[in-house]
Amino acid sequence: MNLKKNMIAAAVAAASFGFTSAVSATELEVTHWWTSGGEAAAVKVFADAFDAGGDTWKDGAIAGSGGVARPVIISRIIGGDPMGATQLNHGRQAEELVEEGLMLDLTELAEKEGWKDIVRPSSLLDACTLDGKVYCVPVNIHSFQWMWTSLDAYKKAGIDAPKDWNEFVASAPALREAGITPLAVGAQTWQTNGMFGVIRMGLGGIDLYRKIDVERDSEALRGEEMVAIWKAFGDARDLDDPNNSIQNWNDATSQVINASHGAQIMGDWAQGEFQVAGQTAGVEYDCLPGLGIAPALDTGGDAFYFPKQDDPEKTAAQMRMASMMISKPVQVAFNLKKGSLPVRGDVDLADANACMKKGLEILKDPANIVPGGDQVFSPDTTGQLEDLLAEFWTNPDLSPEDAHDQWATIIEEAE
Amino acid sequence: MAEAVANKMQGPQGPKPKRIISGRNIVLYGFLIVAALYWLLPLYVMVVTSLKGLPEVRMGNIFSPPMEITFEPWVKAWDSACTGLYCEGLKVGFWNSIKILIPSTVISIIIASVNGYALSFWRFKGSEIFFTILLFGAFIPYQVMLYPLVIILRELGLFSSLGGVVLVHTIFGMPILTLLFRNYFAGVPDELFKAARVDGAGFWRIFFQIMLPMSLPIFVVAIILQVTGIWNDFLFGIIYAGTTNFPMTVQLNNIVNSTQGVKEYNVNMAATLLTGALPLIVYFVSGKLFVRGIAAGAVKG
Amino acid sequence: MPSFFRQIEQKTWWKRRPKILRNLSAKIAALPMIAVALVGFVGCSVWSIVYSFTSSKSLPKERFVGFKQYDRLFDSSRWQTSVENVAVYGICSLVFSLVVGFLLAVALDQKIRFENTFRTIFLYPFALSFIVTGLVWQWLLNADFGVAQVIRDIGFTSFELNILSNRDYAIYAIIIAGLWQGTGFVMALMLAGLRGIDQDIWKASRVDGIPAWRTYLFIVIPMMKPVFITTLVIIASGIVKVFDLVVALTAGGPGGSSELPAKYVYDFMFGRANLGQALAASTVMLTTVLIILIPWAYLEFSHKKDSENG
Repeated sequence: MNLKKNMIAAAVAAASFGFTSAVSATELEVTHWWTSGGEAAAVKVFADAFDAGGDTWKDGAIAGSGGVARPVIISRIIGGDPMGATQLNHGRQAEELVEEGLMLDLTELAEKEGWKDIVRPSSLLDACTLDGKVYCVPVNIHSFQWMWTSLDAYKKAGIDAPKDWNEFVASAPALREAGITPLAVGAQTWQTNGMFGVIRMGLGGIDLYRKIDVERDSEALRGEEMVAIWKAFGDARDLDDPNNSIQNWNDATSQVINASHGAQIMGDWAQGEFQVAGQTAGVEYDCLPGLGIAPALDTGGDAFYFPKQDDPEKTAAQMRMASMMISKPVQVAFNLKKGSLPVRGDVDLADANACMKKGLEILKDPANIVPGGDQVFSPDTTGQLEDLLAEFWTNPDLSPEDAHDQWATIIEEAE
Repeated sequence: MAEAVANKMQGPQGPKPKRIISGRNIVLYGFLIVAALYWLLPLYVMVVTSLKGLPEVRMGNIFSPPMEITFEPWVKAWDSACTGLYCEGLKVGFWNSIKILIPSTVISIIIASVNGYALSFWRFKGSEIFFTILLFGAFIPYQVMLYPLVIILRELGLFSSLGGVVLVHTIFGMPILTLLFRNYFAGVPDELFKAARVDGAGFWRIFFQIMLPMSLPIFVVAIILQVTGIWNDFLFGIIYAGTTNFPMTVQLNNIVNSTQGVKEYNVNMAATLLTGALPLIVYFVSGKLFVRGIAAGAVKG
Repeated sequence: MPSFFRQIEQKTWWKRRPKILRNLSAKIAALPMIAVALVGFVGCSVWSIVYSFTSSKSLPKERFVGFKQYDRLFDSSRWQTSVENVAVYGICSLVFSLVVGFLLAVALDQKIRFENTFRTIFLYPFALSFIVTGLVWQWLLNADFGVAQVIRDIGFTSFELNILSNRDYAIYAIIIAGLWQGTGFVMALMLAGLRGIDQDIWKASRVDGIPAWRTYLFIVIPMMKPVFITTLVIIASGIVKVFDLVVALTAGGPGGSSELPAKYVYDFMFGRANLGQALAASTVMLTTVLIILIPWAYLEFSHKKDSENG
């Protein structure tokens, strides 16, 4: 606990030293949909650092995930009442707003601070770039490729915790016997889609993943390997509780934290929840990247955009905020709270926990990295995939073969 | 006149009951009591849960009464529940909601009552067509109008302002309110209007001196409908009102839909009850007037 | 006599001045209504129809693609589910809220004790937002600790009720919650209608020895036609637009089995950044409403002409 406090203090101090040039205090409103425990703690790092620079962070949290927040954010920007900064998944969501000239061009700042050299993987900065100009600040690397197991649940069941997906499937009957549901799943459709991506990576390996997501190779899409993966995913449906009525991902994470469920397949943001609950990796819970079989990461993440303002003072403050978000100490403090990995490779993460260190290790080898879903598919395609996967998960009458066919068609027809 | 209308609407008019205990009464009250239980159950669960401590909520049956009554969830929901970085509870939004509610209700009712009056007594060429279009408007899913309204409000310079959200509420309230007022005024005897015309009274004088004083029941209905609708609105408030005017429902959404660590069901329930308190009070106080007003407005053709 | 478009007889007998100036104050007073009807409703509808033929994504763009959005819409299994669901939802909530609302109103109209209390109980949910309704019913219908647990506690230990997480029944959970919220208002309308019935009808039917249920069925209900029409419009407009309740209760799940058209529009418009597809869906919704409403409006108007001629 003390350590964490020191970290923030250090971050804040560093930030205030870094930005003593801030002459006038300017208030900037920042909209985002980070409202879970871990997320809110991470936002606080940004807010404190920005305030320490002499400006004021006005928090505009909108709960209920991007589905609620996005219409508000987009309407405010096109309605002529832009906020100072806003979270948006980078990639294709903000493309049109940028094309309309509604977003602040950060190129000058990016060149001055040499973002090109420090941001890794470079695809994150590419996703912020349109026609050679930079329009957003990537703040973290999030990867969906994780499985979280409750060591307490396995202790209760009296068996060894699994080291990979296959062991986990084998352990399911023993968990059931102990009154523990093997898999915790929230009902929101994106969760099922993400879970499928993880299983695809784990069972099919990174090459197959790349062939499908990046190259859209139709042979790989419809090949034998994918048939097997769909079958395995179909079997995984039995690991869920049929009465399951949990919606939010973090409520499912709570089930793993309480050891009422054995495991959850969820992105690294789940880590923040374990941290808030005071649990330690390797003691109460464990993390398996790539299902423990194929350690690889997809590199999605969050980014902040800065809608254009009339007031030059606000524009200056926006630049200060952008620079703060990517600065070394803030990157460290923020990502420790968020459970994500920093976007710059040149920071020291000595305080990272066991899971983050695993992630950092994987990140070192570019061969282990694939772009995140938001970067390769449009929100429309992603939505169709989500609809299909969520239906498959809850509908035992939909056979793996049919679902596979529909799934392949959606990806083939994607723009 | 208003008295006459009101008196006529008063009191049950079905067949007269005979004895207190009879087969008929058993069926009748049995039906009412079973129905009342279905309607009360959710409220009961909300109230009971909001008075329990969190450990009791987690272990207990949702229907069991609290072993130890605590008002802490209520205090927390009002004063210190967290949404994002701020832990100020619902109280911030309460006054904003009032700020939106009062002008929206007043303006939308003034406009709709004048419309209804004009449509009943001063029809001009095309007035029925506009009214028909207005009624069709009641069926347009409001999602469709979000973007165009953003653009219209931007051009009017009203986007992200109190004026903007008031205008939006006025637009969306207009179809049903106009319908109510039109039907109400249609029930007013012609002779009254003709007599006033003969005396030389004009459009506005007849409205203010004759129509307004006799239309209390329908105003009550309109007020109740608008207070409920506007108070409970989330989407228009968050999109059109601007950050300084966010209504209470925005905080409610943030409190209910975000979990920081443990899900605090008791605080959520207290928050929902607090948010619903104002329209609930309006209903409890004016329920009788509501039915009477509808009898005079919606029903008489 | 139908209520909405009832001829308002001969109230314009004084018309003598030149056309435009005639009724000038009334025209000025009606300006807001005209503006809303034309700019708001007609304007926005036309706007949405035009852009439903484009491939607009986040922002409206004039990239016309013909009927492509409609082809995709009608091929989409999610849209089909949504349409089926809104039909089930619409029919069930229409029938149940009318029947239950009417029965409750009749019961309240029997000179009963505590009429005020009962009426308030049935009406109060109408004052609550859908966010609240969704949350509470999520609890009550929860398979593990809701009503199901209570029934198990009573002794039916193997009782199972999991309509919320069952693909086939989730839509009924939405109907149950929707009825809870909306039936009270229907009851109030019906009660008001019953109170408007002339006392003499009851006296006459009693003299003739007609049983009460027959009086209701064959005399009172036909007399209440205007009330039923008003109620129908209010319920129907609610059905077409039902959105918040699904979001709060099931979020369209499990696995998209309780999706509804208004949510389809919303999801594609914002979350999925496919404005063209969203507007195609909303155009189909609007067209359906028009197809139902236009013949009815026509009947009302032609009725008016008949009475004028006759």
